[in-house]
Amino acid sequence: MIPHGMLEDLGELSLEHLEMVFIAMLAAAAIAIPGAILLSRKPRISRWGLGFANILQTVPSLALFGFLIPIPFLGVGKATAVVALTLYALLPILRNTLVGITGVDAAVRESAVAMGMTPGQILWQVELPLGAKAILAGVRIATVTTIGTATIAAAIGAGGLGVFIFRGIAEFDTVQILAGAIPAALMALLADELLGWVERRVA
Amino acid sequence: MTNGLLRKVYSLPSEPLAVEFRDVSYLASGRPILNHLSFQVPAGQTLILLGRSGSGKTTALRLINGLLMPSSGQVLVGGRPVSEWDLIDLRRKTGYVIQESGLFPHFTVERNVGLVPSLLKWAAPEQGARVRELLDQIGLPHAEFGRRRPGELSGGQRQRVGVARALAARPGLMLLDEPFGALDPVTRLELQRQLLDLRERELITSVFVTHDVREALKLGTVIGLLNRGELEFFGSPAEFQESEGDEARRFLEVLK
Ligand SMILES: Nc1ncnc2c1ncn2[C@@H]1O[C@H](COP(=O)(O)OP(=O)(O)OP(=O)(O)O)[C@@H](O)[C@H]1O
Ligand SMILES: [Mg+2]
Repeated sequence: MIPHGMLEDLGELSLEHLEMVFIAMLAAAAIAIPGAILLSRKPRISRWGLGFANILQTVPSLALFGFLIPIPFLGVGKATAVVALTLYALLPILRNTLVGITGVDAAVRESAVAMGMTPGQILWQVELPLGAKAILAGVRIATVTTIGTATIAAAIGAGGLGVFIFRGIAEFDTVQILAGAIPAALMALLADELLGWVERRVA
Repeated sequence: MTNGLLRKVYSLPSEPLAVEFRDVSYLASGRPILNHLSFQVPAGQTLILLGRSGSGKTTALRLINGLLMPSSGQVLVGGRPVSEWDLIDLRRKTGYVIQESGLFPHFTVERNVGLVPSLLKWAAPEQGARVRELLDQIGLPHAEFGRRRPGELSGGQRQRVGVARALAARPGLMLLDEPFGALDPVTRLELQRQLLDLRERELITSVFVTHDVREALKLGTVIGLLNRGELEFFGSPAEFQESEGDEARRFLEVLK
């Protein structure tokens, strides 16, 4: 039996969930893609950058949410959740963008320089188009992961589909747990398909 | 009107650019790759750099368009040290054909060949005409090959497109690194002829790397022989054939 009001809640929580993921992904891409471009120019710093993003990802997600709460202006709620999700999404995008850009064939890069292309022209006309597939794969992986991780945001009062899951756990109510878990899983699958399609279009 | 005039100026052949090495050495991670090279290639001449694999031919070419800078000494292009050139400008006036072709895999043949003219902002019709003309010359007609990607060409066809790309903006200097390596003898002969024709038609300086003596004697107005980073011989093809140097004789053995 589906309890009264659950469907309305489901719509609202799904939207909330999507919104968090969407904003976090935009922010992560806006930081990680330019970040990776900078790192690709400085091989020595690039290990530090990747290391930092790596460490971020090894922090257990619940703990990361917790750590952020005491930070001024964030506190309990959506802002904290979005920041945490953004930090989590950095690594896959950073790593894939770096691989995409540095993976450009050496002969192609050499001829681009030798034809008299400026660094900007090489970035926009050679590196980004040739790295696009890898970059998009990074965004896809990060999005799918973030949709899952975002369920934990409910623990710090940020809402989203995790609300059902946490409530279900507290009330020993399997239906409620599933009402959160299934839509989240579907959302992840859908995002994977959609972004996978974009990726193939680019190739 | 003014616009049209300016446009025309762009597509004029560049002045041929002389090349000079003044006591040039190049070290890579402390190891000498090129040792005190000095020579001059007057404008309009074709220098053939001959040498075995690993003798430093590609390294010498890269010093000319500033892909590498000498550890000591000076490379001059058009009488000006490479270090004083605006490198972007120098490279757009210098056609470069690299050993592995280095075509952009995501560009069509057409866009690959038109790359430098487009960087130089030639008008579209002029770019198109130049691309067509070159593709016809290298035997890859535009209608059939223009829209293909490099991945849809054979190795030899890619090399030819590489040559066309280097020629597109009518450079004053061509650097060719074994451009005919992957070609059958018939096509190779044809392209060698075209290169000779080109030299007659548009005054152009070339530095051409090869390890094929026959090709060297046919195409060179001057020949330089590199042996482990040393310039063992530098002179005319006729002088080369009389050369008593060890490495030169080893190369000439091939002709017997
Ligand atoms: N970045 C580098 N670091 C160290 N050694 C290098 C580097 N690049 C080239 N070399 C060495 O310099 C020497 C000359 O290389 P180069 O590429 O100029 O040879 P080449 O004459 O063009 O040979 P090939 O005919 O095989 O193309 C080789 O012994 C090579 O191993
Ligand atoms: Mg070489």
